[in-house]
Amino acid sequence: MSQAPVEKVRIRCTINGQPADFLSAPYVSMLEALRESAELTGTKEGCNDGNCGACTVNLNGRIVDSCLVLAAEADGATIETVEGMAPPEGLHPLQQAFLEEAALQCGICTPGFLVAAKALLEREPDADEHRIRHWLAGNLCRCTGYVQIVDAVQKAQGVLRQG
Amino acid sequence: MTTVDKPHYKVLGTRPIRHDGLDKVLGRAVYGADIKLAGLATGAVLRSPHAHARIKGIDASAALALPGVFAVVTGADMPIADDQLIDMTEEIVNARFASMRIIAHDKALFKGQPVAAVAAVDQNTAQEACRLIKVDYEPLPAVFTVEEAMAPGAPIIHEHLVGTHVGEKVPHTNVAEHTQHVLGDPDAAMDKADVTVEGEFRLARVHQGYIEPHNATAMWYRDGKATVWTSTQGSFPARNAISSVLRMPVSAIKVVPLEIGGGFGGKINIYLEPIAILLSKKAGRPVKVVMDRRSVFEATGPGPGGVVRMKLGADKAGNLVAGTVDIRFAAGAFPGSSISAASTCVFASYRFPSARIDAYDVLTNLTKTAAYRAPGSPQATFATESLMDELAHQLGMDPVALRLQNASKEGDRRPDGIVFPRIGNVEVLEAVRDSDHYRTPLDRAGAAPGHKRGRGVATGYWQGVGNRSTVTLAVNNDGTVALIEGNTDIGGTRASIAMQAAEVLGIPALDVHPTVVDTDSVGYTDLTAGSRTTYATGAAAVKAAEQVVAELKRRAAIMWEVEAADVDFAGGVFTNRKAADQHLSFKQVCARLDRTGGHVSTTGVVNLRGSGGGSFATHVVDVDVDTETGKVEVIRYTAAQDAGTAVHPSYVEGQMAGGAVQGIGWALNEEYYLGPDGSVQNASFLDYRMPTMLDAPTIETLIVEVPNTMHPFGVRGIGESGIVPPQPAIANAMRDALGIRFPELPIKPGRVLEALDAQGA
Amino acid sequence: MHPFRYLAAHSIDEAVAALAQSGPRARAMAGGTDLLVQLRAGRYELDAVVDVKHVPELTALTWDGGALTIGAAVPCYRVYEDERIAAAFPGIIDGASIIGGIQVQSRASLGGNLCNAAPSGDAICPLIVHGAIAHVAGPKGKRTMPVSQVPTGPGRNALGEGEFLVAIELPAPARGSGAAYQRFTPRNEMDIAVAGVASAVNLDGSGRIATASIALASVGPTPIVAAEAAASLAGKEPSAAAFAEAGQIAAREARPITDMRGTEVQRRKLVSVLTRRTLEQAVARAKGENA
Repeated sequence: MSQAPVEKVRIRCTINGQPADFLSAPYVSMLEALRESAELTGTKEGCNDGNCGACTVNLNGRIVDSCLVLAAEADGATIETVEGMAPPEGLHPLQQAFLEEAALQCGICTPGFLVAAKALLEREPDADEHRIRHWLAGNLCRCTGYVQIVDAVQKAQGVLRQG
Repeated sequence: MTTVDKPHYKVLGTRPIRHDGLDKVLGRAVYGADIKLAGLATGAVLRSPHAHARIKGIDASAALALPGVFAVVTGADMPIADDQLIDMTEEIVNARFASMRIIAHDKALFKGQPVAAVAAVDQNTAQEACRLIKVDYEPLPAVFTVEEAMAPGAPIIHEHLVGTHVGEKVPHTNVAEHTQHVLGDPDAAMDKADVTVEGEFRLARVHQGYIEPHNATAMWYRDGKATVWTSTQGSFPARNAISSVLRMPVSAIKVVPLEIGGGFGGKINIYLEPIAILLSKKAGRPVKVVMDRRSVFEATGPGPGGVVRMKLGADKAGNLVAGTVDIRFAAGAFPGSSISAASTCVFASYRFPSARIDAYDVLTNLTKTAAYRAPGSPQATFATESLMDELAHQLGMDPVALRLQNASKEGDRRPDGIVFPRIGNVEVLEAVRDSDHYRTPLDRAGAAPGHKRGRGVATGYWQGVGNRSTVTLAVNNDGTVALIEGNTDIGGTRASIAMQAAEVLGIPALDVHPTVVDTDSVGYTDLTAGSRTTYATGAAAVKAAEQVVAELKRRAAIMWEVEAADVDFAGGVFTNRKAADQHLSFKQVCARLDRTGGHVSTTGVVNLRGSGGGSFATHVVDVDVDTETGKVEVIRYTAAQDAGTAVHPSYVEGQMAGGAVQGIGWALNEEYYLGPDGSVQNASFLDYRMPTMLDAPTIETLIVEVPNTMHPFGVRGIGESGIVPPQPAIANAMRDALGIRFPELPIKPGRVLEALDAQGA
Repeated sequence: MHPFRYLAAHSIDEAVAALAQSGPRARAMAGGTDLLVQLRAGRYELDAVVDVKHVPELTALTWDGGALTIGAAVPCYRVYEDERIAAAFPGIIDGASIIGGIQVQSRASLGGNLCNAAPSGDAICPLIVHGAIAHVAGPKGKRTMPVSQVPTGPGRNALGEGEFLVAIELPAPARGSGAAYQRFTPRNEMDIAVAGVASAVNLDGSGRIATASIALASVGPTPIVAAEAAASLAGKEPSAAAFAEAGQIAAREARPITDMRGTEVQRRKLVSVLTRRTLEQAVARAKGENA
């Protein structure tokens, strides 16, 4: 590296409803910043190239692979991670349904699935099984064979519909 | 659910929420890469770009000069030297190979093999420093397939290795081992057979595909001790392996197993742990190393590919009379490619009056293979079940009926010498025969224009293992029980172990609080692998719980002022036999512990010989083939398996469905696609095509329960058999749909198109 | 990864200046879904990344009569969720809705897909058969070129130093026109085309094919315009035989290789099949059928 070291950039954003203000090297991913700077390790690294969905977070209302976003881009953004899903008391219906339906085995893909599924059910409360499978195709799970994940999303869908 | 003589259980067979679930849905569970320590440095690994090369020199001066770099290690830092051949026993051979696998010594033996490693202030600096290390390589000719490795004049990968070929010592060979099992006179029997079928089956390497990359964080202390936080399928075996390669006493190493993001056999071997320890020792601070996905594919342990040649003979009535098989697995750069388990499983599903099994462990210049779910069985069984299907066609028999007629049962001797105890092979086949799926004719006419449909069936087996486990229980005076164990929980085993203790204690599953602890905090426990955890560690929990019951009977006796022998215990209630209306609940007795003699804690230790016969699985699959593109859709799938006693049926079903979908991926798309230089060209989740949610069918599951006579509750390990049947079941369905036998995996669309072209030509 | 600076541009001039200031080792970044992967894999090094997602022209969807200009950084989801685009340009939607998964589609743009110039880029062939025009800005000002001329090789494009894509202009579809894109992938999502075909047709008043356009993905170093296959359809009644013949010609025009994603033979066969299927779909759409 012949040139002068690259300076860190300041990032002010909202993470899980709380203001956050930190410095990050500009080439660092949002995934790395969340895990290392914001100390939110619920978001997982599986592939670091956008092909497994384990690092899914909600960025300004859309789900993204946080490994494919620069932390520097988060300045001014609103981010929700798995840590922000549950209400102050109890669990989000998706979290509850994942537990009840045994929709996780090793659990490493679970945060990504939860964040992605929440975004789907907020947008399309009546998504059918095919749509659920289509929406979640960017999230790989190697343990469950997906059956119980689909069951859990449909169960949570029912709970959310009843309000 | 098919159930044989099942007692009434209060906890087993229920579906409580798993104990560790809350942390996992909240994102709080701490996996290997999540550990934080004060002063933590980050490590990165420099890997060989060559599949085979002599390392003539390494110059790390520029890397060490980079600001933010704390330490560099190379093979020279590994304590095991090259000239220790004299003292070699088999274990030492393995330790030496393990050491070379961790980091290259004088030769790089596969592309991706670690050559050096750096600890630095952050990830990017460590990676940049790796690029500044100059390695002087002298490339050598390399071999990548069993044919190349066994060809006359092939380059020899380990000059000093002496192969064992059916008992004989053979120097200067790439065949590390050739084993043979013979039962009866298979050649004579084959000559007399009315019908024979044979084939050559080819298999690519496949990866377990766990979502969490390997990782290790280590702290080396000045007193010569070290602690390692890691994602491992076995903290004690990992400790043994680290001890061997770093020549540290096991007592100097503490392995802390953190949550693990999948393993399927691939997280048994150690990779980064010794590197992290050596870096920490040099850097004087803790070091974390996380593997990138490319390296996970290129440099960890996939399941072996290879060639299987098989011949089966039967009489006119469909009774098998002989089977012969030649299994050759490409082990990679070091010996050990699961040929032993392949030999065990290949003919286990049927009664063979005569058989011969030859198996070859062949060295190649690729990363060393490792266990992958029922290691070796899917590859070998692909041949068996494809040929059983051909046999059914030749005999004009229903494929399930043919299998039932020949199914192995209690008392049958396998070609490898084992006599089966009570097993559920027949019951599983019957469950499939009687299933809605198998009884419903396939809607062939429903296929779209240009599409064809077919149905296939296959059976698979995994023998399971027993071995050593320790469980400690500590009874709390509020009536709950802490359960301390040493098996990493990959798929709900905290729950399945705790439930067995709860069943003995007659308390709710959630009143037992399981914790997985480090190697300093519980007695020796073997791997979370081999379908052993719920079976063997469960048995240890039962043993510990029985001791709790015995002690609490004594305490109840004190409370009632009677003899312990006068106290009965059932369903969580103590009864005074001297006064039948006197009862005490588990909670009530616990509440008085301090006044009846103090705290109660027990330990159950087991060392189980064998698994009790293992678990059989039979799957039936319907496929729809687009004959214009070669694309195969699985349109219906049913999996049946013997669980002995299903402890937590949801997690049994989850293992069955998960194994089936992994097998479907293996059948249709997954493979290591190697370049001419031995590079893995598809080393990403983009191009190593594991099924997504949109590819996987709904798996219908049929749990069969034929109790395991070696377990107090009849439990069988169920984690592995389910990955064995899908590949041949799909190949058999393709045969049914197209009239084409696919003897090579994966049955990828291009291969289907080629076969259809050849059929049309 | 080589350390780089991050610069967010808020106007075309700012982006031009930022790229000029950093020289050849700077690049514009839209969604970043290819760029960051390539940087991390060490395919090349950059000293600066210029984020163009805050430049109004690059994030706008602008209609001019029936013509549509898509800002180069507009993410895929804004394209395929737009009902007006779906009605007017269903062939564009076919490509935009299959790039990566939902997460990637939140970021990835048609413009990025075009500039990334992967032979398999799912957005490129549909743009080509629509006759789309690329609007480029750079230190020497603005210029335009046909989209088909943007990719010049695998991962290489026709943009000069300091240049970046501003927008893609889609001419208003003529009455009686229709287009479709299909690819073949072993998986149903999250995959790279083994082969892909985009077809567009213009039907005359009598229902015959006046003109056709066919572009092939993943069967050459760049997307291939299958001119002979398209020409074979001119003046013909839409028919299975005509589509099949066009498919066979397209298969000959393809220049596929064998690699980890598929074989040469397989790819030619797929081109033939997908050409036929996309022509059927394009004609159905031209006739106003829901296809």
